[in-house]
Order: sequence, then structure tokens, then C-alpha cells
Amino acid sequence: MMEYFMYVLLFFLVVCALAVSFTKSLLNAVLVFMSYSLIMSIIWILLESPDLAITEAAVGAGVTSILFFITLKKIEAIRKGHKDEQTEK
Amino acid sequence: MSRLKNDEEYKKTRAFRFFRWMKGEKDPYLDEVEMQPGVPFQDSRTVNEILMEEQETLEKVYNTASNRWLRRFKQLYNVLSVVFSLALAAVMLYMVAKLPTAGTVDRPVNNEVSKVYIENGIQDTGAVNIVTGMILNYRAFDTFGETCVLFIATTCVMILLMKEEEKIRADQTLNDRRFEPKNDVILQKVAFILVPIVFIFGIYVILNGHLSPGGGFSGGAMIGAGMILYVSAYGFDKMQKFFNEHTYKVVKVAALCTYCVVITYYLFMGANDFDNHIPLGVPGMIFSSGIILWLNIFVGIEVACTMYAFYALFRRGGL
Repeated sequence: MMEYFMYVLLFFLVVCALAVSFTKSLLNAVLVFMSYSLIMSIIWILLESPDLAITEAAVGAGVTSILFFITLKKIEAIRKGHKDEQTEK
Repeated sequence: MSRLKNDEEYKKTRAFRFFRWMKGEKDPYLDEVEMQPGVPFQDSRTVNEILMEEQETLEKVYNTASNRWLRRFKQLYNVLSVVFSLALAAVMLYMVAKLPTAGTVDRPVNNEVSKVYIENGIQDTGAVNIVTGMILNYRAFDTFGETCVLFIATTCVMILLMKEEEKIRADQTLNDRRFEPKNDVILQKVAFILVPIVFIFGIYVILNGHLSPGGGFSGGAMIGAGMILYVSAYGFDKMQKFFNEHTYKVVKVAALCTYCVVITYYLFMGANDFDNHIPLGVPGMIFSSGIILWLNIFVGIEVACTMYAFYALFRRGGL
């Protein structure tokens, strides 16, 4: 049972890794990268290294994403009317 | 300042002319070249016309239907990127398949290197702390790479986020940063007491890197945290009195370059086997263990600057 769960997780890991590079929107790419880190942290737990899992969840999904968000806001890649502009196009 | 020559003779020398040119007292082209007043640039088109023309040019250049070479280049680029990714994945999978299996006796973990490090560590490096002896003497070139990573990371963040000082000051009236520093009494009093202690403890950890647990990385992180605490309590204006962009550039580049020179000298002289004129000293003293103490200091400076630069760049957009 656990083995199949592992395969599902690995499949999603590969899908996320590919999706990051194929996403057009930078914001979506960061969100997909976050989910990649979460899947990775579950895999670390299944590989019996909970210390790495905690680090991956805190740093990979938490701190890195926040830094990415701040950077995107600073270089004005996220705007307030971003959604409206996209629908207009 | 005393001169051997008197004023008349000194004015004929090259040094006088060079210093006069440096101070900008006399324009060397004055009376030599005919000067005309500059004509302001004039463009009869309106802003809209300029923008339209730019758009048309871009469409013309990037139109793949008419530009055959661009289309071919794009196809080639796509194919090559897929091939490169697949090759990279294949190489990595091949390497993983070749890794030694866990639990066997002849694994690299079980070879004689660790025994040599533990037995000859103090003799070779002069450091009581074997870990520091390893990372800053046996594997000092490796640590140089790590220090370069810190340098490159801050440079990349600077490329993305750094703004000009004038622009930051102009924008300050528009956003919430004009309320900074908040002059919070509790925070300022706590920072007043804590910051010197944090700094001194960081310096202690750096200087004792070869004697006790710690070293450049942890001590530098402490000093960086102290700087961040000071900045959040007292604001960037006070910080810039002793640590501005110029200081940052000089200190950081000088630390990295000196590290490079020291480690290159040490490795070219054959590290421990040859006479490299760096005395190891008595193990256990502060001034011992050859290059390790100095490398610790340089690494500490680099890490402290990186910590503070990250905070300042993300918070303010400049140092």
C-alpha cells in the first residue's frame, strides 16, 4: 500500500517539476514550486528522515516562497489589476 | 608638505599638471579646442508615434512568419533544450546507479581518510577543533567555493532589487517607509543593550573557531543578526553612518580577494608537505593554526555582509 502511495507521490513530483518550467505566469510557478516542496517533505518522511522533512517544509515551502513573493512584488511582476488585465486580453 | 623645487619649477612638472587635472581646476581642452554650446535634442514626433514605431519594429523583428532564420533558431533552441535536459537526467541516473551500495565494507565511508584526519589533524593544521581544521585547511578550497556562492547570491539579489539612492529617498514619501524608524522605546532600549553583546559574542565565536565549536559561518551569522537588530531599531539613516554601500563593497570584495590570495598561496606551496613559511604556533593559543584564524575572519566578514545585505535589499531596495 505504502509503495503505491510512494509511486503516486513521485509521479506528482515529476509533474510539478515539469510544470514549474512550463508555466507562463511567474506567480503560478512559485505556487507550483511550493507544492513541489510539500511533496518532497512527505517523501523525506517516508524515507525515514524527519529532520530533512521539517527543513524542507519550513525552508522550501515557507521561507523560499515568501522571498519569491516579495521579489515578484518588488520587480512589479504582481500587480493589483493583474487578473483584470488578463481577462481583457 | 615640503617640496625640493620652488613653485616656478614645480609648475612645469608633470606631477603638477596631473594633480591640477585631477582636481578639475583647469579644463585641458580650454583654449586648445573650439567649443560649441550643446544643442538640446529635438524630436518632432509625439510620444504616441514613438511608441507605435517601437511596437512596429518589435513586431517586424520577432515575426516568425516572415523571418526564416528566427523560426529555424527557435526550432533548434527547443530541440537542443529538450536534448540537454534528457542528457542531464540520463547522466544523473547513471551516476546514481553507479553509487556504492549501503552496508558493504569497501564503501568510501570506511576508508582511511577519516582516521588520518583524526590522528594527524592537530599536527598538520594546528587546530584543536578537528572540524575547523578540516573545512579550512584540508578542504579550504571547497570553503572558498561556498564563500563565492554567498558573494554571487548577494550579487544576483542586487541585480534584481537594487535601486538608486535618490530614487529610494524620493519614493520614501509615497509608501509606509516614511514612518521609519518607529522609535519604539522598548525595541531601542533592548537593542542598545543587546547589540554590543551580540557583536562581541560573534567576534568571539569567529576568533575561537579553531579552538571551540563555531567559526566563520556561525559567528558571521551572529554579527549579521546583530546588524539587522540594530537597523530595525534605529533605522537605515543611522546604520549608513558606519555601514553604507561603499563600505559594503570594499569590505566584501577585499575579504573574498584576500581569502583567494591566501588559499592560492597555501595550495601552491603544497599545503602541509612543504615549508610554506606560515608558522602553526602552539595548539590551543589564539594565534595558532596558521591560516585557519585568518580564513575564519574572512569567512565571517563575508557571511555577516551577506545576512545584512539580504535584509536591507528586501526591506529597502538598497544598502
